[in-house]
Amino acid sequence: MTIDFLSANHAAAAAATLAGRANRNGRGFGGGVYPITPQTECIEYLCQQRFDKGEIVRVESEHSAMAVCIGMALAGARTFTASSSNGLAYMTENVFAAALYRLPIVMMAVNRTLGPPWNIWVDHGDTLALRDSGWIQLYCEDNQEVFDSVLLAYRLAEDRRVLLPVLVCQDAFVLSHTMMQTDVSDQATVDRFLPTLRLPHQLTEQPVTVGGLDFPHETEAHRRQHEEAMRRVPQVHRECIDEFARVFGRRPAGAVQGYRMDDAEVALVAMSTTASTVRKVVDAARERGIKAGSVRVHMFRPFPEQELRQALAPCRRVGFLDRDISLGLGGVLWAEGRAAAPSYALVQNYVLGLGGGDIRPRDIERILADLQAREQAGEPSILEVAT
Amino acid sequence: MIEPVLHGRCQTARDRTEPLLRPGNSNCGGCGMSIVLNMLSRGIGQRRVQMVIPACCGIVTAGQFPFSAYGAPVVASTFASAAAVASGLARAAQMNGEDTRVLCFAGDGGTYDIGMATVSAAAERDEDVLYVCYDNEIYGNTGGQRSSATPFGARTSTTPQGKLQEKKDILAIMAAHRVPYAASISLAHPEDTVRKIRRAVGLRGFRFLHVLSPCPTGWKSEPADGIELVRMAVRSGLYPVYQVRSGRRFHVDVEPDFDREALRSYFASQGRFKGDRIDLDAIAASIQDNWSELHRRDTGGDDDDGQE
Repeated sequence: MTIDFLSANHAAAAAATLAGRANRNGRGFGGGVYPITPQTECIEYLCQQRFDKGEIVRVESEHSAMAVCIGMALAGARTFTASSSNGLAYMTENVFAAALYRLPIVMMAVNRTLGPPWNIWVDHGDTLALRDSGWIQLYCEDNQEVFDSVLLAYRLAEDRRVLLPVLVCQDAFVLSHTMMQTDVSDQATVDRFLPTLRLPHQLTEQPVTVGGLDFPHETEAHRRQHEEAMRRVPQVHRECIDEFARVFGRRPAGAVQGYRMDDAEVALVAMSTTASTVRKVVDAARERGIKAGSVRVHMFRPFPEQELRQALAPCRRVGFLDRDISLGLGGVLWAEGRAAAPSYALVQNYVLGLGGGDIRPRDIERILADLQAREQAGEPSILEVAT
Repeated sequence: MIEPVLHGRCQTARDRTEPLLRPGNSNCGGCGMSIVLNMLSRGIGQRRVQMVIPACCGIVTAGQFPFSAYGAPVVASTFASAAAVASGLARAAQMNGEDTRVLCFAGDGGTYDIGMATVSAAAERDEDVLYVCYDNEIYGNTGGQRSSATPFGARTSTTPQGKLQEKKDILAIMAAHRVPYAASISLAHPEDTVRKIRRAVGLRGFRFLHVLSPCPTGWKSEPADGIELVRMAVRSGLYPVYQVRSGRRFHVDVEPDFDREALRSYFASQGRFKGDRIDLDAIAASIQDNWSELHRRDTGGDDDDGQE
């Protein structure tokens, strides 16, 4: 065990470096990289590393950063890049392409508000906009989880039953620029967890056209295969967690994490760092005799509906806390997760912390009080919490 | 020049046994791009290649999944990304010690327009990529819209009265990146063309080939006239055939005789130039200006550095 003091940007880059070196006996490691606040420190770290077999390509845009990853991945290399916000929006065409090529690319995204107007602080709208891109999405709560999720993402992405790219998300500044003690494993341990990548559809000398013309019946088959791979993810993810725990001696987060949910009557569902604050509020509510609990959704794609349903089973009141908004609908987590709440439960959506507005315990206490007092669910409540 | 062109194909014993462009492709009759591919096939010989082709006629050429009319592995990339995907393939080949030649094959839309930033950046990084731009001066695959490669006066579906702007000088742009090799090649001059393709394939770093590629569908010309049209474009000086080494050493490969009849015939043979926008005197004057600059920059000496 080696404890280092790292920002989550550096934690992601350190994990990617170890994963990259673990493929030194295979086709090597690389990716295209491009700076954007608040992700830049991640790719800076990567550009300072030495690889026996690795190529970090300093490209001219996010669009090309993903294109380079696509080229290197098709050549059989392990690949990584990182981006955020408008960078992800600009990259989007190739984000979809990477998944449709079925390439096990891992990308770290720092969640940052989309502009204009210009805002560099956290909300989840940038990566949630990519929820239909065919990528696996993991949302992290602390720096250790960012580090572990990047390593785990490679094992998950490269599994023959999956072969899908993984997006590892973390909150801007709250994690990206906050230093925490992080257990950074040594190369030998990472080597044991990450076998050499063998991409079944690696480009060789065989004259195939990858990504050429599909007619409707081929596209139907390709989409079905893609969806089947997505549906295998929960099982493979659980296996990866077990293997991770066996090799590293610590257990990474599951798709859904319940907190004091066994007898909870009222539950708050959140993602990423909001969940840490929610737990504090749950503890305080329990002390006041309220049967409160919370659920954190770590894996957003594939959406863990079964696990969420199980977790929410005892609840009569469920509040979904969204740090995002699908304009004209409401919170994305609420929109996708509400079907997993018990049919008799009152389900209310709270949108808060947009544009990086600090979510404080008092904001969540307000939400909890509102949820308990409600006679019926209403339109999504949009809270302005920034002071 | 000796021009052993047979039915639009270079056919010699040195053709690739497994050609780049195989039967079953979906190109239109008279497509210049088919001829470019056959010349590339000959120039590449038996070398191991991987191709990247963005969204364009060139990827439709491959045909429908799971078949491929290409004789080499191909990545169909997003429209703007060919040079970046190729960078990834080339870096992977490099770090694995493989002598795979990575080839981008893109039209004018994917090069002059939507792919410009990507091409420029790959050139600036001097990626080990051979980039071939087959320029039919139009968005052919979408049915013939203007691009920044469309010449002044040409009618397209988005410039029904004729385009009002001049064509971009792509070779000058690429040469300005001071890449190891940038050249234009002519389908009517296969000896010069195949020689330059061989040179470009053999060199390392970013190499750029520009080829005027007749599109009978978009140009409203006779499919059988393609090579003759290119010959007239070269002969009249409209399409200069030259090469630039490292952005500085210019060499004209085919001297035009500035034949006025060739110029007249080039424009008269294409339906896209019908109308009153074409002023041959003005075009001839512009050609002269262009050539006095080219001749001024011609440093003579077509050295090959023993790369062939």
